[in-house]
Amino acid sequence: MKVTLKVWRQQSPNSAGRFETYPTPDLNPNMSFLEMLDVVNDDLTRQGKEPIAFAHDCREGICGTCGLSINGRPHGEGRGTATCQLYMRHFTEGQTITIEPFRAGPFPVLQDLIVDRSAFDRIMQKGGFVSVRTGSCQDANALPVAKPAAELAMDAAACIGCGACVASCKNASAMLFVSAKVSQLGLLPQGQPERHRRVLAMVAQMDREGFGNCTVTGSCEEACPKNISLAFIARMNRDYAVALLKGE
Amino acid sequence: MNLIGRLFCSSVGKKLIMAATGLGLVLFVFGHMVGNLQVFLGPEAINRYAELLHFSPELLWVVRLGMLTLIGLHIWAAFQVSAENRVARPVGYDGSPAPVETTYASRTMLMSGLIVAAFVIYHLLHYTVRVEAINFTGRSFADLKELSEAGVERHDVFKMVILGFSKPLVSLFYVVGVGLLSLHLSHGLRAMFQSLGLLTHRCGPLIRKLAPVLAWVLFLGYVSIPLAVMLGFGKEALN
Repeated sequence: MKVTLKVWRQQSPNSAGRFETYPTPDLNPNMSFLEMLDVVNDDLTRQGKEPIAFAHDCREGICGTCGLSINGRPHGEGRGTATCQLYMRHFTEGQTITIEPFRAGPFPVLQDLIVDRSAFDRIMQKGGFVSVRTGSCQDANALPVAKPAAELAMDAAACIGCGACVASCKNASAMLFVSAKVSQLGLLPQGQPERHRRVLAMVAQMDREGFGNCTVTGSCEEACPKNISLAFIARMNRDYAVALLKGE
Repeated sequence: MNLIGRLFCSSVGKKLIMAATGLGLVLFVFGHMVGNLQVFLGPEAINRYAELLHFSPELLWVVRLGMLTLIGLHIWAAFQVSAENRVARPVGYDGSPAPVETTYASRTMLMSGLIVAAFVIYHLLHYTVRVEAINFTGRSFADLKELSEAGVERHDVFKMVILGFSKPLVSLFYVVGVGLLSLHLSHGLRAMFQSLGLLTHRCGPLIRKLAPVLAWVLFLGYVSIPLAVMLGFGKEALN
């Protein structure tokens, strides 16, 4: 199969970007979207053109590195999949596919389709951890965790920090990411001592980075490759309200 | 930063203000609807109810100023949040596609809210301040009086409502205003519970289903009055 790509090309963070159109060479419909870009890049290199820069790593949906907006939808069509888990068979012969970087002020474009997501790292550094004594392992089950809490914490911890929530939100809000990171610790006993300090600090950093506000449209939950629920945002809002009253 | 600073300056804090003031306004809107529906019980019921609401001017003004504060904070938070949201995405997507899975109501909250605010101003001038020029009936609503059973002169709200809604364009504007309010609340109710932290895994699904139902109840409840008047309800009161 062949498709036509309309790709965002941008030399550097400060240069102006523009769309370029490329016809693809013959593709196997069972290629992943990233493999398709590899083939297109090979072709561009052969023609003496600059290959398209895009971020990728594990290519099995667990690292959160890949992230393209495909036809205006982060990670493309399909629920619960990252860009690397999207296959060319989901497109039709001859279709024009628009590929853009994740769009958000706090995610500046570095080159072409690669954005700088270190804003997420800075949010994590403000409280996405537990301060515990490291050393030898604790006895198993020394800290009992109820099964439902463990399950819910695991659901939150599934977040791979890819930024699709920000990219899909009409307000470029990072609430789904931050709420998942707040909740994965807030649901467990190890996270309790710093629960209030954590939510206040992480939300403050999120605001400093310039992300928008949640208006509960639900598009983040839809775009999330890990199906993180909007309910975590409610949980974070509640944690924040309690932390406001109780202080750090 | 202290509590007030965090509440008024942080993103989550502003949403809490929006939700808390929204809750106050929603409760008022439902109370107001139930009160208004007494018009169907006849002149005596609605006029006695209006008299009750006005029994203490001091208390009435406390409530009015409280409502004004709620509305002011709600609108302030809306503008703050919207301005920040616009800045958060300097470069948009190609062809500005509608964000996935969003409802029309959720994307137009600011606009529906502003039109409702304009409607509320008209509504207050129409039935509370009773400005003659905007009721289009050529009669002053302030002059509509009747005698209660105890023989005390009081405002004839029943007649005012029938007279006011007898103008089709005025009734239509009320239907549009209330329609937009319901649209606003079909998303707003859900967002309110979310911002207050109540839309969790346990009760989230119920509230998500309940929000549009409540918005419909509100719409039908309010619209029933101008609609009934247009269909001839209370015509005899005008003679």
